[in-house]
Amino acid sequence: MAAELSRFADMFGHVSRQSLNRPSAQRSAAIFRFAAKRLVGLGAVLLVISFGTFGLLSIAPGDTAQLLLGTREQSPEVIKSVRQEYHLDKPFLTQYGIWLRHASRLDFGRSIRTQQSVWSGISSRLGLSLFLGIYSTLIAVLLGVPLGILAAVKRRHVVDRVVVAVSVVGVSTPAFTSGVAFLYFFAVLLGWFPVLGAGTGFIDRVYHLTLPAVALALTVLALVVKLTRAAMIGALEQDYVVFARARGVSRSGVLLAYALRNALVPVVTAAGAVLGVLIAGAVLVEVAFTLPGIGSLLVESVQAKDIPMVQGLTVVIALVIVAVNLLTDLVYLIVDPRIRFGAGAA
Amino acid sequence: MTAPTALSAELVAPMTRRGRRLSAGIVLVLGFLVLVAVLALFGAALAPIDPRAQDLNAALLGPTGHFWFGTDSLGRDIFSRTLAGARTALVGPVLVAAGAMLIGNVFGLLAGYRGGWIDTVVMRTVDLMYALPPLLVAIVIGGVVGGGYWVAVAILVVLFSPYDARLIRGAALEQRNLPYVEASRTLGLSSARIMARHVWPNLLPLVVANTFLNFAFALVTLAGLSFIGIGVPPGTADWGQMLADSRSLLFDNPWAALAPGGALVATAVSMNLTGDWMYERLSDRGRTR
Repeated sequence: MAAELSRFADMFGHVSRQSLNRPSAQRSAAIFRFAAKRLVGLGAVLLVISFGTFGLLSIAPGDTAQLLLGTREQSPEVIKSVRQEYHLDKPFLTQYGIWLRHASRLDFGRSIRTQQSVWSGISSRLGLSLFLGIYSTLIAVLLGVPLGILAAVKRRHVVDRVVVAVSVVGVSTPAFTSGVAFLYFFAVLLGWFPVLGAGTGFIDRVYHLTLPAVALALTVLALVVKLTRAAMIGALEQDYVVFARARGVSRSGVLLAYALRNALVPVVTAAGAVLGVLIAGAVLVEVAFTLPGIGSLLVESVQAKDIPMVQGLTVVIALVIVAVNLLTDLVYLIVDPRIRFGAGAA
Repeated sequence: MTAPTALSAELVAPMTRRGRRLSAGIVLVLGFLVLVAVLALFGAALAPIDPRAQDLNAALLGPTGHFWFGTDSLGRDIFSRTLAGARTALVGPVLVAAGAMLIGNVFGLLAGYRGGWIDTVVMRTVDLMYALPPLLVAIVIGGVVGGGYWVAVAILVVLFSPYDARLIRGAALEQRNLPYVEASRTLGLSSARIMARHVWPNLLPLVVANTFLNFAFALVTLAGLSFIGIGVPPGTADWGQMLADSRSLLFDNPWAALAPGGALVATAVSMNLTGDWMYERLSDRGRTR
């Protein structure tokens, strides 16, 4: 997991170096170049993913036309019409071009399993997954950041040890395992939460999704705690913190205005990686709690070899990840004034 | 912004500091891992009851004197199946962690120390992986292509290695500018020798700690795959698969879920703690005591 997170290492390094000690016109140009570079990069990533996704159809074992027919009748005429419909007689790259043109309008064809359009299948289940994702992110951040700060401030104290122990267990516990355990303790044994269902209406949905969201948040929470704690410990050792204390700034003032501000930078930087953990976990949690989201849809479609649906889902999930990463970049600009103002560590 | 490379090391670096001496805790953890390794080798033979033996008359029992953790819906002994499940829980993750780290070390060292096109390729690959969590790729490819456990293991080796390469690259980049590297270069040593004999040993704490973390992550990922029916064939005693089967048994025999789940978490925790401990030990080596 740490390996997974390490990729953020110097993603943003070049921006701050470039923008150090420059007049403001050049600064905004640097920010613009940074944004443009990121957009082009993410666009390229999406393009490669779309190519791989399209390639799924040809690496799948068996004849493509028969695969697309699924369990339907497979007479020679039907196969011929399917070949025509999906342009299977054309060269691979032409097929890809046609597919990409449709995919860019969110048209991924029809699901083999349900015969309905792939996008309508996805959009009907996207809401629940977004709800679950946002709910558990809120739990992870609102609990993880304060706990990380607490552990850093109370370093080597019992409080720190407990927080560290809990997060080591949290990092090591996959969401589907904690999910099944929560189902047993809180739904079956204690009866506090429902065993099944996604709930209707906002309050009921929050109630139904609490167990899955907590199970999902646990792994992410542990990562947030680990990051916040390490960054906070580093920040608290800095000279400016000592100096601020010497100037008579209150403990909480130093903590929040000086240390936390700097400690948040690596936490925000890791948000994209944490998102990957979250999305992968969400797929399994939706299966564990039998929730009708796009994660369980992906698993059902993979099991049924419903390739158009799998293609659509892969592209949509990659789009969500790319969108959140762009959002993270924006938050990063807000949190780290060294990038915004280019003032550097003067 | 010195954060970049520091950040990657920070995430692998342990949160616990237990010093050089063997504490009671680490002895317990190492002992547990030895037990899991023994079970992975001989689990099915050591199990009190044949893990595959079905007995429909004894289905869905709670814990009894004979069936310590009760039975599942086919009357198979949960305790024995949990012991036998150590095999898929250990073998695959060991291969994934070792394979990914091997590939990652070679490419990471070349990318960090040499730079150039290898660096570009490694970094762009990581950028690509960035938009696709390994588990999702494994679900899609493993599910569509099929092929079972070993294909899943191979997919994970490929998916894990860019991250490891990225980590090693960052650390190698840091080492490259240190005086000892310059000194070795002045002495006329070849790049290959400097990388293998001088730079790499300095990365060892990171490499070892990350291998253990990779193991824990691979364990969890492979169990997740078998949880949704990709990977091990149906009927295999595998912790992820047992958890999937047990969801419908929660009212009858919760131990069917708690035993494999507990074993999974305990193994992953032990691996994480061992990684932390090894990191501390190796980082302290050669320092004044």
